[in-house]
Amino acid sequence: MNTAANATTAFDWRRWAGAALPVLMILALPIFADHGASAYQHRVIVILGIDIMLVVSLNLFNGFTGVFSLGHVGFMALGAYASAILSMPVAHKAINLPDLPVWLAHVELSFLPATLVAGLFAMVVACIIGLAVLRLSGHYVAVATLSFLVIVRVVLINATPFTRGSRTFFGTPAYTNVWWVYAWVAVTIYLAWRMLRSPYGRAMLAQREDRVAARAVGVQVLRTRLGPFALSAFLTAVAGALWGHYILSFSPNAFYFTETFTIITMLVVGGMGSISGSVIGTILIVVLSEVLRNLEGGFDLGFMQVPPLYGLSQILMAVAFISVLVFRREGLLGYREIDFTRLFVRRGDPRNEREA
Amino acid sequence: MSLTEYGLQQAINALSIGSLYALMAIGLAMVFGILRLINFAHGDLMMVASYAALFMLLAGLPFWMVVILAVIVGALAGMLMERVAYRPIRGAPDVAMLLTSFAVTIILENGAVMLIGARSRPFPVPDFLRQVYHLGNLTVASVNVVAIISTAILLVALTLFVTRTDTGISMRAAADDMTAAQLMGIRINRVIAAAFAIGSGLAAVAGLLWTAKVGKVDPYMGFFPVLKAFVAAVIGGFGTIPGAVVGGFVLGILEISLQALLPGDWSSYRDAFVFGILIVVLLVRPNGIMGARVREEI
Amino acid sequence: MLELHQVEVCYGAIRALTDLSLHVAEGELVTLIGSNGAGKTTTLRAISGLLRPRHGTILYEGEAIHALTPFHIVQRGIAHCPEGRHIFANLSVDENLRLGAVQRRDRDGVQQDREWVCELFPVLKERVSQLGGTLSGGEQQMLAIARALMSRPRLLLLDEPSLGLAPVLVDTIFEVLRKLKEAGRTILLVEQNARLALEIADRGYVLETGRLILDDSAAALRGNADVERAYLGG
Repeated sequence: MNTAANATTAFDWRRWAGAALPVLMILALPIFADHGASAYQHRVIVILGIDIMLVVSLNLFNGFTGVFSLGHVGFMALGAYASAILSMPVAHKAINLPDLPVWLAHVELSFLPATLVAGLFAMVVACIIGLAVLRLSGHYVAVATLSFLVIVRVVLINATPFTRGSRTFFGTPAYTNVWWVYAWVAVTIYLAWRMLRSPYGRAMLAQREDRVAARAVGVQVLRTRLGPFALSAFLTAVAGALWGHYILSFSPNAFYFTETFTIITMLVVGGMGSISGSVIGTILIVVLSEVLRNLEGGFDLGFMQVPPLYGLSQILMAVAFISVLVFRREGLLGYREIDFTRLFVRRGDPRNEREA
Repeated sequence: MSLTEYGLQQAINALSIGSLYALMAIGLAMVFGILRLINFAHGDLMMVASYAALFMLLAGLPFWMVVILAVIVGALAGMLMERVAYRPIRGAPDVAMLLTSFAVTIILENGAVMLIGARSRPFPVPDFLRQVYHLGNLTVASVNVVAIISTAILLVALTLFVTRTDTGISMRAAADDMTAAQLMGIRINRVIAAAFAIGSGLAAVAGLLWTAKVGKVDPYMGFFPVLKAFVAAVIGGFGTIPGAVVGGFVLGILEISLQALLPGDWSSYRDAFVFGILIVVLLVRPNGIMGARVREEI
Repeated sequence: MLELHQVEVCYGAIRALTDLSLHVAEGELVTLIGSNGAGKTTTLRAISGLLRPRHGTILYEGEAIHALTPFHIVQRGIAHCPEGRHIFANLSVDENLRLGAVQRRDRDGVQQDREWVCELFPVLKERVSQLGGTLSGGEQQMLAIARALMSRPRLLLLDEPSLGLAPVLVDTIFEVLRKLKEAGRTILLVEQNARLALEIADRGYVLETGRLILDDSAAALRGNADVERAYLGG
């Protein structure tokens, strides 16, 4: 109707502002990291960015299909190892990975190509796994993807020529910096936004709780799920690559249940259908766990010394997780997004009511 | 060693590891059958019982008493888990419950790390469980024999329980059709608590046997066994007790076979194959070997 | 014996029952009829405790039961034979019956009742060790009713016993219902087949989209032109 059309054009700058604001807010982080943050804060900001990528890409799949993948950390591992193997200087490869097959031993890629190839590799694996697994329903998918995680781990531990087995993998060049991370964060959020907030995406979101309707979709279920699965696998692998090139040395243990649970906690706390929820949930959990980790070493309460309590941060996070499920199952934001455009519209403005 | 002897030897190994998987899988299946909950924290019940046994043994209690008390501790721990973590979220979507069980696992494992320490501790295995018998060319460990015999006894007892007693039959009814079970006037909370108690008690037994085999305890010991138990339960037919038992032994046979058949440098990929087979089973025959009826959840 | 006062039941945002008031006196056979989705099943579920009404009260022999769990409601002598039978498919006929009486402590009484229901439905005696899931639709319905009777209920709630059954079987079942009524049992019968229901009932209520629209003796309802047109295919 007329008013709607007029409202759209009049609204334009506000929508742009509403979209730009969160982008600026997120950009503030790497800017701060490079100018004025301590080394510790810098590190936290980098890890935060990688975690945001992991959570949002998982949300992309979960939010879109309503189905849970417990094996995504497996893709992160593939991304980390693959990109590290590709980017490691040939000379180092000779020393660290002497048993690499010849065609890999002489490859040396720079950061972006290595990352992209690793991401594509993970994507291919995801397609293969997806064909097998995505036809299943509900929690059987969760279990099957969990099996995938275990399989990846077993393979990593045993493919010693490629991965050094369960020993620490080191020698990764230190390519990651905070700007790489946040550039990818922006890409991830943008892709997730496009997928989840498109009309098709919203229909899927509304439909995901409706089992009967889902079943009616039938064979198409596989096709609708495979795309998001592959895309989120790609982004998760890229996050893994960024992580690997930041931490520089890692082992298969970093890509197992602890990491899986951490990401899921961030996802659930923030709200499973909401991108802004994922970001907020991630920030909350990262900050919380840093605070708790500092406390783990023991602290002074004034009247008594609290002894080191390793594992406490994990426990508290698990408790927080259960609390969310019990008291507010949909997480902080549920399926809604923070609508920044509202900041730019005066209160009581009838145009505010345009979109429910 | 002749082929029959080799086969017999492996059969005994398969039976004994299968017994442990069966005991673990039953607990998972009982809970899943009624609540549709995959309780990953089930493995930590092994750990709790084993640590309880450790401390009681160190305190000087006789072994037979320790076993009984440890099983009771395990059962109580399971009931507590249900009351505190799972009852409040009853009715939640399946995945939420699965994730909650993850959270419980983390709490239990890290709690153990916090209170007892992450390092593994040696377990004083009594002599009668450390014997090794030689029958011709066969080597039979006494602990395996004990495992097989105690599993057989427990299975008989369990079967009697679920077919002869009201509570047992109510349990099967609740797993079959929860609405109808409610309409019978069955106290669902009690039935669920009983299912947890029994399942956890069996897990405790499995835990003690496992500990007797490996000789040590650590906070993460229950983690991989519960995954395996889960594979067993799914292969056999998830949600039913007979399915869990069948699945447990099938998995035992599968593992030993893979171990024997995989060429040398691939044998460490055994576990990857096991989980690959799980995925195949989920695809091809999600109801497992026993083909448990899938309840339509519309 | 049973009174509903202005009961309102909601499924989330959907109101299934609005302002429903009805009563059943001891010894009566009252029927609830109406088209699909009218709220008949919801009414029974509210009485047996599977659902809790958002508003209104349900009184049984003067006691408010709408906030009680099914366990307590069965304890007070109300048995609900649900729509779709819901027998325990993986349990034997014998075990099904046994569960019907699971709250009872009087072994002899239970044994008596078991013999009695097997007289009512002889086919159950034949199939006593068979799994419930292997019975035919009609046999399952008989098992469901028998199972409900095993708790020696003072009020029997029956939901769509004729659903999906061949006419011969339906007749058999309604014969049994007639016998039960003559024996003085109090029954609240929800039925899609309004004709049969009104033939054996004393009184009837007609529900439409969650509301009561007619309330009269069965004879009057049978003669009612609207009822005939809407529900009796007249």
